[in-house]
This record gives sequence, C-alpha cells and structure tokens, in this order.
Amino acid sequence: MPRPPRGAYRLALATLASRLKPLTLSAFTLTTSLGLGQKAHVDALRSGRSGLAPCAFESARLDTWVGQVPDAQLQPVRRELAAGDCRNNRLAQLALQQDDFSEAVAHARRRYGAQRIGLFLGTSTSGLLTTELAYRQRDPASGALPAFDYAATQNHFSLGRFVRARLGLRGPALVVSTACSSSAKTFGSAARMISVGLCDAAVVGGVDSLCLTTLYGFGSLELLSSGPCRPFDSERQGISIGEGAGFALLERAEKHGREPLEELLGVGESSDAYHMSTPHPEGAGARAAMERALASAGLAPHDIDYINLHGTATRSNDAAEDKAVHDLFGARPACSSTKGATGHLLGAAGIAEALICVLALRERLIPGSVNTQRVDPALRVRYILSTTREAPQRAMSNSFGFGGSNCSLVLGRTG
Amino acid sequence: MQVFVESVGLLGPGLASWTASRPILNGQTPYAPGEVPLRPPESLPPAERRRTGAPVKLAIGAGLDALARSQRSAESLATVFASSGADGEMIHQICEVLATPQRDVSPTRFHNSVHNAPAGYWSIALRSRAPSTSLCCFDWSFAAGLLEACAYCLAEGEAVLLISYDLPYSEPLHTLRPIAGTLGAALLLAPRRTSASFARLDVRVEGEAGKATRMKDTALEELRARNPTGRALPVLRALAGPSAEQLMLDYLDSTLSISVSPC
Repeated sequence: MPRPPRGAYRLALATLASRLKPLTLSAFTLTTSLGLGQKAHVDALRSGRSGLAPCAFESARLDTWVGQVPDAQLQPVRRELAAGDCRNNRLAQLALQQDDFSEAVAHARRRYGAQRIGLFLGTSTSGLLTTELAYRQRDPASGALPAFDYAATQNHFSLGRFVRARLGLRGPALVVSTACSSSAKTFGSAARMISVGLCDAAVVGGVDSLCLTTLYGFGSLELLSSGPCRPFDSERQGISIGEGAGFALLERAEKHGREPLEELLGVGESSDAYHMSTPHPEGAGARAAMERALASAGLAPHDIDYINLHGTATRSNDAAEDKAVHDLFGARPACSSTKGATGHLLGAAGIAEALICVLALRERLIPGSVNTQRVDPALRVRYILSTTREAPQRAMSNSFGFGGSNCSLVLGRTG
Repeated sequence: MQVFVESVGLLGPGLASWTASRPILNGQTPYAPGEVPLRPPESLPPAERRRTGAPVKLAIGAGLDALARSQRSAESLATVFASSGADGEMIHQICEVLATPQRDVSPTRFHNSVHNAPAGYWSIALRSRAPSTSLCCFDWSFAAGLLEACAYCLAEGEAVLLISYDLPYSEPLHTLRPIAGTLGAALLLAPRRTSASFARLDVRVEGEAGKATRMKDTALEELRARNPTGRALPVLRALAGPSAEQLMLDYLDSTLSISVSPC
C-alpha cells in the first residue's frame, strides 16, 4: 500500500488529540533488577545483560524467573515514615537515593515552591505484600489481622503518601492504578495539570514490587514463562515478572534554564473495549493510543526512530502489538522490548521503559532484546535483537494493561 | 478552573438514582438509608456479566445513571474512575487463598482485582475506546478525581465522565479500613457551556485542610465522613438545589474550593 505523505498523516492525526507543550525531563532515575540508577542501566543495555533469575522470592514455589531487586538492598524506610515500611516503599526509597534525584527535586522545590510541584505516580499492587503476609498471621479465634497501617502500606495511595513526604512536596498528588499502563499514564496527568496551571512542575513515575498476588495471579492465567521471557521470539511462552521504581522531574521546556535535552513530546491513551486480560487481537486499542500520542506530539509515524514495545512475551500481546505497530509504522522504526532484561515491571513498566527510551536517546543506542533468540517469522516489525548504535532522535514507549488500558508516550532529544 | 456540569449519576443506600435523590439532597424528602440496587450492565456479554462484582456494578451503575440524561455518545466519552479501595472483597479472597498451602488463586478474581476493573468493564459494555484513567488518593480520591477530570476537560477541550465509587471491606480488613456504605457518584463535565449544561463549577486548590463542608442530615453526614466517595455529597447537594453555593472539600493537606452556580 502506498504511504500517504508526512503532511497528510499529521493532518489526519491532528484531530485526535490536542497538542502537548513539550516538557523537559530535567532529572530522572531508575532502579530495577539491572541495578541502581542510570549508569547501571546504560551499562546493562550496552552489554545485553539481563536481571532475570529463577524465582526465589519469599515463599513462592513457581516454575518461573523474576527480575528481583536484592532483599538486602531494600532497607527499612526512614524512622519518621516507619508506618509505611513495606517492600514497595523501600524500593521507592532506594530509587530516590540514586542519580541525585532527591536533590534535583529539592532544588525545584526551592525554585517553584512545594505547593507548585505535582506528584503523579503509578502502581498496580502498592504495599499489598504486607497484607498478604498479615493474612498468614490471623488470630485463630477471631480471624483478626495483626496490626499494620493500611493507609501507609496496602492502599494504592501509600506510594504517593510516602514519596510526597520523602520529597517534601505539597502540590496536587494522586496515584494512577491501571495495571500495566499505570506509570506511563502519570505523564498524561502531569502534562494536563501543568497545562491548566494546577502546578508548574511535576514528579512522575511509579513503583511496583514483587508480591504473591501477581506471581500466583499471572500463574493462574498461565501467562508465566518457565524460563526467562523471550519477547517476540517464536518460542515465547509468557512473561517474567520484575520489580522496579522510576521517577522523573518534568518542567516546562521554556522555563528550564539550560538547553533542554530529553523531552516528553506526546501522550496517547485509549481503551481496548475487548476483554479484561486479553488484548484486542488486531491491536485496535493499542493503535489508537499510538495515534493519539503522535497527534499530541504533532508528529507523523515517519518521525519515530525507535519503539520500546510493550512486548510482554505472551503469545497474544506480541502478535497484537506487532500488527498494530506494523499497520501504523510499517517496518521502518527499530523496535524492541526490554522486558527480557528487566522482566515485566507491571505498574512500573511505563516509567522504566520511558526512561530506557530517554537513555537510548541520550546514549545514541537502540536497546536489543535480551533473551530473544529467534524472532517469530509471523511478526513483521523491524525487531532489534542486539543493541546497536543508531542515534534515535525520537522514541515511542508502549504500555498496555489489563482492563484494556493503553498508553503510548513520545520522547525526543533536542540539542 | 471552570467546567460545566451536564449530568449527574448517583447510586447509594436509599439513593436509587440522581432523579430519585434530588429531593432527598434538597431536604424536601427525608433521607432513609436502604439497599443499594446493584445490577450488572445489560450491554455486557453474558460471560463478562457473570464475572462482575459489586464494585463494577456500582461504578458502572452510577456512570450509566449520568449517561441516561445525556445526548453524548459513551463510545467517545473519556472517563476518570476514582476510588480509594476499588474491590476490597477480591483482595480479601486472594489474600485468604494465598495464606493456604495450595495458593490456588482464581484467574477471574485476579484480573478483577486490578484497580481499573470497572474501567475495563465500562469500556467493554459501552464499546468505548476513549481515554480512561483510574486513580486512588485514599480519603481524597473524589477530590483528586475531580481535579484530574477538570484538567482533562480543559487541557483536551473535551467532555469527561468522572465516576467515583467506594464500598466497605469485609472483615478482617474492615477493622483496619472501616469504610461505611456503598456509594457511587458520577459527574459529566464539559469544558464549554452547552444546551445540556445546568451548572458551572469553579474549582480552586487553596489553603490548608480541615474546612470541609458537611451535610446537615445526620445520616448523610455519616456517609460523607465514612465513605471516600461520600466526600462528593456536598457537591451533589449543591447541584440538586436551585441556588449558587460555595463549598470546600479536603484534599490532602489543602482544600478544594468549589463554587457551584446554576446556568
């Protein structure tokens, strides 16, 4: 099929979403099973290292691999926030200590005022592990649970509460919980809140930590891979669950002092309207999210050099996503899933993969697909197995979740 | 921020619909708490309909109540779902199973346990591929949802349906998080005045918390104070009445100041 000219694409897409004013990622940090902070991730992307290992989490007895952050690194949270001491907040705390991120936020706080910085975070299970463990210690007579602080651990907002206190922020805050698209969607909330003047800057991101609900839940759906997950491989047989935390400070591009480097250019959100835990087979919802992201960035498909796919390594996700991406982009942009390296970070996947895109733009590389051995010949996108030096200018990150919740982000590099 | 209200939905104890609840909120009819009529949406395929729990029925019921008095097509209407705890019963059942040696988690329960389950079923039932988010902000979830919905409305220049819902946990979680009542509320908001608009909301974040407007009726005040979606009741009462009102909602350590004016 002949391709319409770039201008025609932009015109057709322009009606889908309002234009986003670019936002600079003036600071960011990422912690996963690959390591702590940006440098560990750049090194891992360059060398094709994976953080996945056979599951030895807690008491889980499952034939699967996970991307776990070592327990020994997850130190108790600061004493004044001890009510919220749970694996999820420990992971948040660990991530906030890397890359001088907390210092960058403190600087922004002095510049804008604590009330003018929003906080929009995503998680799918928050501190649910605390509740799971408490259910093993119910009082045999009354059934009562041992005391724990529900609001500071299990409730989804516990993550927002903890990070807000830890960073000393007092602006608008909320936690998005839309399964595996959660933390991608925080970019949308932040962009809208900044655009209508509710805040001048925002911390976005997300944290999801290993818990038994997700491990046994995905097990019950027969979606867990018995070995390390192999996105887009003809032998792919399911996901590897991982845990991680990522944060970014977003500021208006024109308000930022130095030459902007990496920017959020577009956000596109959609719903599948198909099934709770299976993606639309034609990827219709995924395509709508990608089209809206392009429209909000004012870009055409030809403008995207790299797509970090959702690429979970389930049979159905990769087939549907391949179709949606190929229908919209053809085989031009380089595509890969980095879940073979990190595992599927669920509610933190969106932020982690957006930041991997940012690292790819900054370091001028296209991340390879760790653990994928042979690309499924039925899939048609230009899938990259080994990290290459292609110097992408603009990247898209896809995140699709249960309930058919889709979000695509467009990130770019200037200068 | 200024937005226009085109329609309201309500589902709660003794609050069968917005139309039935207006005289109660107005103070014209006494409030008598009762059963909450929860039904699965008829437009869901039978397999999906069987899988819906109370939170899905509640959230979709409140949303459909608002939609019933609107000309807008649900297929292209963006949604914001706000809830503190979403499906606590599902979490309870999963945690109970995980405490047994078999750990035999049900796949349906697992996919229903996600915070955005009502949004997923809504999009299937209404064939909507429109953008949708699901958020949590503990006791301030309605206020956070209202901010998110207003920001969406104004930034995108499009209407949005805000659906807030909260239900009690069963024991043993109820002791740790004592939510009372089963309540769903929906507001259809638009960025511009249309022939369907009947009120204008001017929303501002200001000052410190602790100035929240209360309900005069004791039982409704109990629902407001003990159910996170109950925090919406002063807004709904103002929308039910004929005159302009200024009211406050707690939002974290600040206040949402909301002026409601008929238009």
